[in-house]
Amino acid sequence: MMRQLRALLAVPAVLAALFLAGCERPDMDTAQIGYRGTGMEKVTNPRIVAASAARHVAPAPLDPVPAAGPKARDVYKNVKLLGDLSIGEFNRLMVAMTQWIAPNESCAYCHNLQNFADDSVYTKNTARRMLQMTWEINSKWKAHVADTGVTCYTCHRGQGVPAERWFADPPMKTAGRMLGNDNGQNKAGKASVGNSSLPYDPFTPFLLGNKEIRVTAPTALPTGHDVRLKQAEWTHGLMIHMSESLGVGCVQCHNSRAFAEWNQSPPQRVTAWHGIRMVRTLNNDFMVPLTAGQPKNRLGPSGDIAKVNCATCHQGVNKPLNGASMVKAHPELLGAPQAPTKTSAATQIGIDTVLRVVQ
Amino acid sequence: MVGLVAAPADLVLSLARRTIMPEYQNLFTQIRVEAPSYPGVPLERERDNRDRLGSGPHIQLFAWLGNAQIGPVYLGFTGIAALIFFTLGFTLIGWNMLVQVNYSPIEFIRQLFWLSLDPPSPQYGLRFPPMNEGGWWLMSGLFITISILLWWVRMYRRARALGMGTHVAWAFAAAIWLYLVLGLIRPVLMGSWSEAVPFGIFSHLDWTTAFSLRYGNLFYNPFHMLSIAFLYGSVLLFAMHGATILAVSRYGGEREIEQIYDRGTASERAALFWRWTMGFNATMESIHRWAWWFAVLTCITGGIGILLTGTVVDNWYLWAVKHGVAPAYPEIWGPVVDPAAAR
Repeated sequence: MMRQLRALLAVPAVLAALFLAGCERPDMDTAQIGYRGTGMEKVTNPRIVAASAARHVAPAPLDPVPAAGPKARDVYKNVKLLGDLSIGEFNRLMVAMTQWIAPNESCAYCHNLQNFADDSVYTKNTARRMLQMTWEINSKWKAHVADTGVTCYTCHRGQGVPAERWFADPPMKTAGRMLGNDNGQNKAGKASVGNSSLPYDPFTPFLLGNKEIRVTAPTALPTGHDVRLKQAEWTHGLMIHMSESLGVGCVQCHNSRAFAEWNQSPPQRVTAWHGIRMVRTLNNDFMVPLTAGQPKNRLGPSGDIAKVNCATCHQGVNKPLNGASMVKAHPELLGAPQAPTKTSAATQIGIDTVLRVVQ
Repeated sequence: MVGLVAAPADLVLSLARRTIMPEYQNLFTQIRVEAPSYPGVPLERERDNRDRLGSGPHIQLFAWLGNAQIGPVYLGFTGIAALIFFTLGFTLIGWNMLVQVNYSPIEFIRQLFWLSLDPPSPQYGLRFPPMNEGGWWLMSGLFITISILLWWVRMYRRARALGMGTHVAWAFAAAIWLYLVLGLIRPVLMGSWSEAVPFGIFSHLDWTTAFSLRYGNLFYNPFHMLSIAFLYGSVLLFAMHGATILAVSRYGGEREIEQIYDRGTASERAALFWRWTMGFNATMESIHRWAWWFAVLTCITGGIGILLTGTVVDNWYLWAVKHGVAPAYPEIWGPVVDPAAAR
């Protein structure tokens, strides 16, 4: 009897273990972020935070170099964007970009080593556009990035293509209008929506397209708010992506009793609102126009270029690189140069000097 | 041929000694009655006697949880028709899921909880959509609904045939009400099948979240509140009643029907226990009415709550603010303004 009983109890024990296998073990750190008793609490798993901490450390900046010296445009050929920098600053930025983006491939990742001025390597043109994108972010999207700003490293982290990016999923193969249709959802293992069964490409409508994200009715009684229930699942998918990308729960930006109400939301929601518009702009104005110049292996299954979402910068933390401001050491990335400044030839620094400085 | 098996040998003795043994806290049935298969009471109509399937095997494992005798099962016309329609609807759902994983049985099992057969897209309204855009959903929904309604008829008719009341059928009807509100009545009132619930494990949960997001937090829906109260109340009543009867079964308390009209010491003790502890007791009869109504009202109020959502109330949170239900909390972040409105 007891043996039978034990065998019988082993079944639920194994099942329970299987079900709990996907869970994080307690205990969690909980911080109250809202009015008491409203459940506005930021929950973090200290073990996950510790394990991923190294990923969010900003590398030490290169030593500063004097701004004086001949301008890059006067020394090098075909300098289209950074000609105003002294060659010292110019070379320092080039070295930094190499470390941020192509530490293994080095200069050859973007340049023809026989002729650095040559534009034949496609990555060089991409890098130019990305520099302009960085300027755009740092100068026009302060509502999202504040004074912390971004550098190439915020997304690239030592890789030619940032690890966190998205492509549009090719539509599911169907047998005419008869069989096979997942409605773009209900798939296991979709990291874009945190392995939930929600629509797994919330990016195309919201971060590339301009689809309305808000679904909740604005009035107590029906007044013609014509948003169908299914739309809420797409919004939910986007929100899960944001939550996963930032390593935060819903209450980071929302008062969970009234998700739609702005006057009850934490101020982070405003930052996130600008972030969504920022990403939309980056994808439409910077990423998509670069598609034509990319080799096939850089494109997604439906021939689209890699695009930006929240995870591209955030990579699992509320503030990318835990809020470290790398751009402070690179003021040349803060925005497009205004008017050309006067050339001053005080100190001449060659590339050898810069390389010695950074080594 | 009626004998007691697996009874604790000292049950009678321990009762006599008034010691309290923990046998009633056991998960499994402690006293099993072993008897030859019983085909059921003879009924007036020949048909009611004829249509019983199976001589009734005895499975000892089942005796741990209930009766060891399995069957006889009465199927009849409604039972067979219900099974056929259910199989059809259920298979259609499974087949649609199988197509979504390219007919891979391994992926089917791995992704089972994620897979779903979704209702039509909003642009089709109440029209019949292409098969893979909700047509299969409508068809399997129809089949399963027919099956459920036939099963209800069957429950009703079997209860009548046995000369019973029809309480079970009406309790089932309460659940069917909620089901029909979710999948038929409300979508029709809203003018779109897309409002209905998908067939899928996770997807129906996603529907629930989407429902609350779209209609401004269902927790502020008073009928949802009632439904939760009745649901938790049902659980509480079930636990209280089960515990009470087990606790007095040593005095014959499990013979509840007899105790209704012939209150014995088990009834008296149970009643006094509750009067001692909370001042009031249900009776052997009324506790079952309490339980039945709590269970039934869970579905009835739930169905009303769903039915009102989107049809007469579009945002339950704002509704609750308007009617003084939702409290206001101090603003602690300073004014946070909708940036879209601020532009």
